Amino acid sequence: MADSSSGGVAETKKHSALVDLLIRLVKEKPLGMVGGVITLLLLLTGIFADFLAPYPYYQIHSADILGSPSAQFWLGTDFMGRDLLSRVIYGARISVIIGLSASTMATLVATFIGILCGYIGGKFDLIAQRFVDAVMSLPQLVVLIFAISVIGAGMLQIVLVLGIVWGIGGSRMVRSAVIGIKENVYVEAARAIGCPTTRILTRHILPNIMAPIIIYFSTVVPGVILTESALSFLGFGIPPPTPSWGSMLTGGGRIYMFRSQWPIIWPGLALATVVYGVNMFGDALRDLLDPRLRGGVGRYGVRAEKEEKK
Amino acid sequence: MIPTVFLVSIIVFFLIRLIPGSIVDSMVGQLEVYGGLTVEMDSSVIEKALGLDVPIVVQYGRWVGVVPGADGSFNGIFQGNFGTSMWRPATVLEEVAFRWPVTFQLGLMAMIIAQLIALPVGIFSALRQDTWGDYISRSFAILCISIPYFWLGTMVIVFPSLWWGYMPPIMLIHFTEDPMGNLKMFIIPALVLGMTMSGMTMRMTRTMMLEVLRQDYIRTAWAKGLRERVVTLRHALKNALIPVITVIGWQVPVLIGGTVIIEQIFCLPGMGRLLIDATLRRDYPIVSGVTLIFAAAVVLINLMVDIAYGFLDPRVHYK
Repeated sequence: MADSSSGGVAETKKHSALVDLLIRLVKEKPLGMVGGVITLLLLLTGIFADFLAPYPYYQIHSADILGSPSAQFWLGTDFMGRDLLSRVIYGARISVIIGLSASTMATLVATFIGILCGYIGGKFDLIAQRFVDAVMSLPQLVVLIFAISVIGAGMLQIVLVLGIVWGIGGSRMVRSAVIGIKENVYVEAARAIGCPTTRILTRHILPNIMAPIIIYFSTVVPGVILTESALSFLGFGIPPPTPSWGSMLTGGGRIYMFRSQWPIIWPGLALATVVYGVNMFGDALRDLLDPRLRGGVGRYGVRAEKEEKK
Repeated sequence: MIPTVFLVSIIVFFLIRLIPGSIVDSMVGQLEVYGGLTVEMDSSVIEKALGLDVPIVVQYGRWVGVVPGADGSFNGIFQGNFGTSMWRPATVLEEVAFRWPVTFQLGLMAMIIAQLIALPVGIFSALRQDTWGDYISRSFAILCISIPYFWLGTMVIVFPSLWWGYMPPIMLIHFTEDPMGNLKMFIIPALVLGMTMSGMTMRMTRTMMLEVLRQDYIRTAWAKGLRERVVTLRHALKNALIPVITVIGWQVPVLIGGTVIIEQIFCLPGMGRLLIDATLRRDYPIVSGVTLIFAAAVVLINLMVDIAYGFLDPRVHYK
């Protein structure tokens, strides 16, 4: 990752690429930093949910049903008298697990299919792409509902289904990146000296498509978090009593929504904040990683070009 | 396009039949409860009546219309028959006939609203890159993507009713009967959905505008001394819009998924609700039929986008 500006080059000499990225994030992308902080908070909340939550998420306080926020229950209680703060905190854990594992799965699936289709090409690519087209032309939510109905609701199933469906969608992007790279001279050279295909794929193709893959991963994380909650909202997601933010918005929360609004406000607010933060962070990351969009300081990039010449 | 639709038909036909809990079992269960089950009427009779007694491949062939049915005649999709509901005495097309205008109107209005929000904000954001105006616009774009529309939909039902005693009408108002009432009914769901859809187009518009604005021909346009409005609208926007239109094509499946949820929240009798209800009731022909119609719509719209390319971009030629 060579940086075009002189300052960036000096920094890469001092730090590793990751630290350099962080420094540039703080310096150039204030919004991305805010997103990064939200993402970090979500991660910590998810990991340390057991220590943060004041009550177990399933504990019923039958004296305080549909309570408003109070000193005892900071965010109020739901229709069964369960503490909303605890449930929102445990919901963060679900979002973290789904967000990370489903997007990892999606990225792996996308990379695998994309590299195969892009590198092999020909008839194999043609047939595989028709399958991708078919899956892509079905509304994603509908496919997910079918798939969940077939294999049953549950955490593992959601991760599998989300990963595969999103992965198939992402494979196109990886494929086009591979096609762009495989015509390069160094790939041809590797082939000419008798490099085995697996080595070409892992050593020459894969490192060069890492940037789009990381970008894809960053777009999938908020996507799968939202989709999981949409599925749970429709009743096809994570079964109760596990508190997913989506399932908290439906069922009891929805039935009693005119009596108490707190049970449906908090999960949605948490969801919106988290997805917002992760999106912001991913966006900033993409801007920093994508060389075409890099370094635009002034309007039309005029000032940025001047700085380069210095 | 044809192979895509063919593959889709296979996926929707077989996937729905993989769902555990067969329709025959639930019918037998209902008949037992209501006392309609007689001695000679067991599950095999129902299976035969529904045409589920033959192998699944034959069922598919009959559904498509390449294998003769029980009475020896071809009666499938090729003949214009998408099948009959297994619970109600109505064909799939009859069920869809009075529901599709709801979904179509909701989707169309949401799409228009999305573009009305996305294009101006996206262009503005690109023109003022890395200024506060840009930051605010981009935050807004990401906010649009981030707010779960099923939550926003719930909120706009609950709070207006608490504060002003306003409830969205329960009965569907047809456009032909009362155009204003109909638009009033659809505008809130369409706004909720349109806001979500706008985020992606907004980002794409911004990215494409930024890319185009750094091209040499834009520099030439500036050097010629053209006014900003001419440079941005006539030289930059025209070129930036082409990929944006592809995004609009991509968004159609997302839009359909969105209408499924929005119809559920706002109690609109559209195809999405039909699909969810039919999935829960294991009404195979309805589910397969509606999904196939959705997929065909997606393929058709994307084909139209591809054709529109040829008109918008003179470099593109179709043989």
